[in-house]
Amino acid sequence: MAKETTELICITCPMGCTLDVTHEGDTIVDIEGNTCKRGEDYAKEELTNPQRMVTTTVRVAGGLHPLMPVYTSAPIPKARIFDLLADIRKVEIQAPIRVGDVVLEDVVDTDVDVLASRDMPAT
Amino acid sequence: MTEQYDVIVIGAGVVGSMVARFLSQYKLDTLLIDKESDVGVETSSGNSAIVHAGYDSVNGTLKSEMSVEGNRLWGTVAQELNIPFERCGTYVVAIGPDEVPKLDPLLENGRRNGVPALDIISGEEMRLREPALNPKASGALWAPTGGVIDTFGATVAAAENALMNGVTLRLNTEFQDFIIEDGRIVGIKTNRGEFDCRWVVNAAGLYADEVMHKAGVRPEFEITPRRGEYFVFDPNMVQVGEVLFPVPSKISKGIVVTTTTHGNTMIGPNAENIDNKQNTAVTQEGLNEIGTGALKLIPSLDLRHVIASFAGLRAGGNAECKNPEVSYHRDFVIEIADEVDGLVNLGGIESPGLTSAPAIAQRVIALLEEAGEELEKKPNWNRIRQARPNFHDMTNEERTLLVQKDPRYGRIVCRCESVTEGEIVAEIHAPIPARTYDAIKRRTWCGTGRCQGGFDMPRVVEILSEELGIPPEHVTKKGTGSEFLVRPTKEVEES
Amino acid sequence: MMTKKKWDVIVIGSGPGGLAAAIEAKKSGAQDVLIVERDVELGGILLQCIHNGFGLELFGEDMPGPTYAQTFIDEALELGVETRLDTMVMDVTPMRQVYVTKRDGFEELEARAVVLAMGCRERTRPQIRIPGTRPAGVYMAGLAQQFVNIEGWMPGERFVILGSGDIGMIMARRLTFEGAKVERVLEVMPYLTGLMRNYVQCLLDFDIPLELEHTVGRIIGHDRVEAVEAVQVDKDWKAVPGSEEIIPCDTLLLSVGLIPENELSRRAGVAIDPVTGGPYVNEDMETNIPGIFAAGNVVHVYDLVDWVTEAGYVAGCGAAKFAIEQRKHIDRELPVDTGENVHHVIPHRLRKDALVERDVQLQMRVTRPIEERVSVELVDGQEVVARQGARYARPGEMVTLTVPQKAYDAVNKAERLSVRVRER
Repeated sequence: MAKETTELICITCPMGCTLDVTHEGDTIVDIEGNTCKRGEDYAKEELTNPQRMVTTTVRVAGGLHPLMPVYTSAPIPKARIFDLLADIRKVEIQAPIRVGDVVLEDVVDTDVDVLASRDMPAT
Repeated sequence: MTEQYDVIVIGAGVVGSMVARFLSQYKLDTLLIDKESDVGVETSSGNSAIVHAGYDSVNGTLKSEMSVEGNRLWGTVAQELNIPFERCGTYVVAIGPDEVPKLDPLLENGRRNGVPALDIISGEEMRLREPALNPKASGALWAPTGGVIDTFGATVAAAENALMNGVTLRLNTEFQDFIIEDGRIVGIKTNRGEFDCRWVVNAAGLYADEVMHKAGVRPEFEITPRRGEYFVFDPNMVQVGEVLFPVPSKISKGIVVTTTTHGNTMIGPNAENIDNKQNTAVTQEGLNEIGTGALKLIPSLDLRHVIASFAGLRAGGNAECKNPEVSYHRDFVIEIADEVDGLVNLGGIESPGLTSAPAIAQRVIALLEEAGEELEKKPNWNRIRQARPNFHDMTNEERTLLVQKDPRYGRIVCRCESVTEGEIVAEIHAPIPARTYDAIKRRTWCGTGRCQGGFDMPRVVEILSEELGIPPEHVTKKGTGSEFLVRPTKEVEES
Repeated sequence: MMTKKKWDVIVIGSGPGGLAAAIEAKKSGAQDVLIVERDVELGGILLQCIHNGFGLELFGEDMPGPTYAQTFIDEALELGVETRLDTMVMDVTPMRQVYVTKRDGFEELEARAVVLAMGCRERTRPQIRIPGTRPAGVYMAGLAQQFVNIEGWMPGERFVILGSGDIGMIMARRLTFEGAKVERVLEVMPYLTGLMRNYVQCLLDFDIPLELEHTVGRIIGHDRVEAVEAVQVDKDWKAVPGSEEIIPCDTLLLSVGLIPENELSRRAGVAIDPVTGGPYVNEDMETNIPGIFAAGNVVHVYDLVDWVTEAGYVAGCGAAKFAIEQRKHIDRELPVDTGENVHHVIPHRLRKDALVERDVQLQMRVTRPIEERVSVELVDGQEVVARQGARYARPGEMVTLTVPQKAYDAVNKAERLSVRVRER
């Protein structure tokens, strides 16, 4: 397999080190540019299976506002973000809602839930 | 059945609206039309808002006659119509010794024009009156009869008073052609159908040339739009008290530093001939020019405190002054047309157009009388138009009483300018309804403050949507095509 | 004499600064704490910041903005903080009167201490003087965020964003999530002005191009934005000729800076630092006006909300301490009312322990002449605390009553003091 170098910016902490990752396919050969071990871990995951926290809104019925902010309880695969957003668009939740309430469980083939980011009183 | 009128006024800017208001004194069926969705959308809401004393128009021209008379009349008219107007006096400031001699011809010309109480004061005296003035100020022409007025407010007030007294107003109605029989105008064609009439008053401002040409009147007359850009300052940070002009140039009064009736310092305009009657864009060059010009008068002016900028278009005409002894090529056209019967033709009403408006209206009446019209006064003509409550200008006691009458006057929608929900609702249901964000802005000053709509916008959209019974995505800034919102963020989709 | 309700602390604004101030004021012993909030609910700007990144410092957690706010909203309400929602503060005076208006009416509130927590407003298009037309479709990023996240409306479908600050980048992702297209992000500086992590998660992740050293040369479109002209700039921010590019779009988002919102502060006489745009404050977050404190973005623009909360705690504690001190001072005093035949009396108030060191002179004038022997009396209800005789009492001649030290106990335990002049 051919060796290639991919440039990544680590987002683990505000420093934002630029990492030069030399790899053959998914196998990492060398990482340069990181200031700490977390950069290495980030590079490994980002190259093979990048994960992201997702925050968005979901439609609400009978609430003070038409939308309610929600967030994933843990990161999900970056490749599945738009699938998750599509699933959330199929949902409408009924007010009143309490912060932390589960809106969707085990989304996009993970064990991550989508939770309410705030209270939403009923009108 | 085609609607029949005695007089149709084309154009509901400040001149057309004032003409309609004065016409409404008489037993005439009058129709006022405008192609826009509101009155006074064009030149009448994009100008310096100054009522000039009248010293600078060339002596012997209609401009000088109308402006001096208009200046005099505004005192009464503004009071009758409850229009904010302050006769604060205006100044032409000479900077440096070379400019002082240029004030004398202005004084002479002003006195010949009949402007009262003009005087020349020293640079020292001028600096006492305006401490922030350029220390090199060497003298000033003081015109105590000059003042500032709420220009858009004036247009609405005149139009409302006209309506109160029986005039019909049709907006979104665009003149297309005259209906002429045997050399006499008997009606007009518009995009909303035909209307019969005996007289037409052409008050179409930027489009006055196009209107008159449809009747073959003054084929050589041409309106060249001349754009002027302005900056408006935060009243909390910049407060220049006086109205200051520089020594004028050949084509324009120069870049003024003025205070609006609302309390903002405003600078501008520059003057640039353009070819598009709709182009009110602001330009980098224009903004640089007015900044530089204003700093000559007030060197300490901090441009970082600009909160708004806009441009207005002057309807610059090319008519020769009718007085054979005067050589002037940009005079007002105010006359009964020769080429066709039934047209009172107004053209080239640029500055001092706002100042002249009441005088022009009176002149239109005089022209109709001269032409043989029997003008019979209505016995119950109401010259007074009440203003609606203005939270911004009220005392706390007045505010408390107002809120007790209608709780919506207690809910602030525009924080920066203290505009309440009650006022906005009142304008939406006023005789000339505000139906767009800009219409509300012109009437209430909502959105003109520091945050430029940052706080009020969602609330105004909600109120317009509710009061007009339209979905939020149909609420516009200035009419169809300028909607703010395109769709809901998300709708529930089928699984 | 009618006494008006006096709040210990009034907090203006219920964003993170205001909420923290109200909470800490309560915890520091303030009794009546009121938050006045112009919106229909508590939380301030955090309610529309639905992305995460909040609470990393204070809680070690990565929370969305509304969740961070909810924590403090719950705590404030549990502590008994009172609120007036949908209420606008029109004015604050140096004596801490707070004039507010809402649908119910216009009200004058009184506070012992005030905490200013009004936050920021956004820099506008006219302030950065973008030439061009004035169509619909030019939005400040925060306003667009409010429409998208709270009101539930998209302001457009095709966006250009000016400014690579966090608000601009966050909105780039948000709009993309909701099906819009972000064509370009333009940044006038030669570097990113927001966080690197946002660059990765908001722009790189979605292939949204960022152009540094670029700005909007002009806006195009008569009724609605039709395009913007992007232009490269040199180090003096002057356009590089020939670099103009027309980018078709229907919305321009401006993320060009925040300005502390201090108009109320100015009207109260609070001195404003021209460098920060916010009040001068000491370590208690107290302004130059005693009893008026300030916390959060209204003082200067913060980048992490956690530090806004900390500043709010400081201001709330300071405000509470000030209020408590004020109350003690007033509780130690009694008003001296005018009773029968007395027009006015000086002093108006006596400290309860006034007589510890010396006698006190009360000076008064009568309402009518009494040409008979009179008794001048200081009374607590009907109980006489001090008395003096005089041969007459006339309005033209000041009447004096000496309250001797031996009346100390009577004054100290008095409930209501008043002076009267009676015929003997």
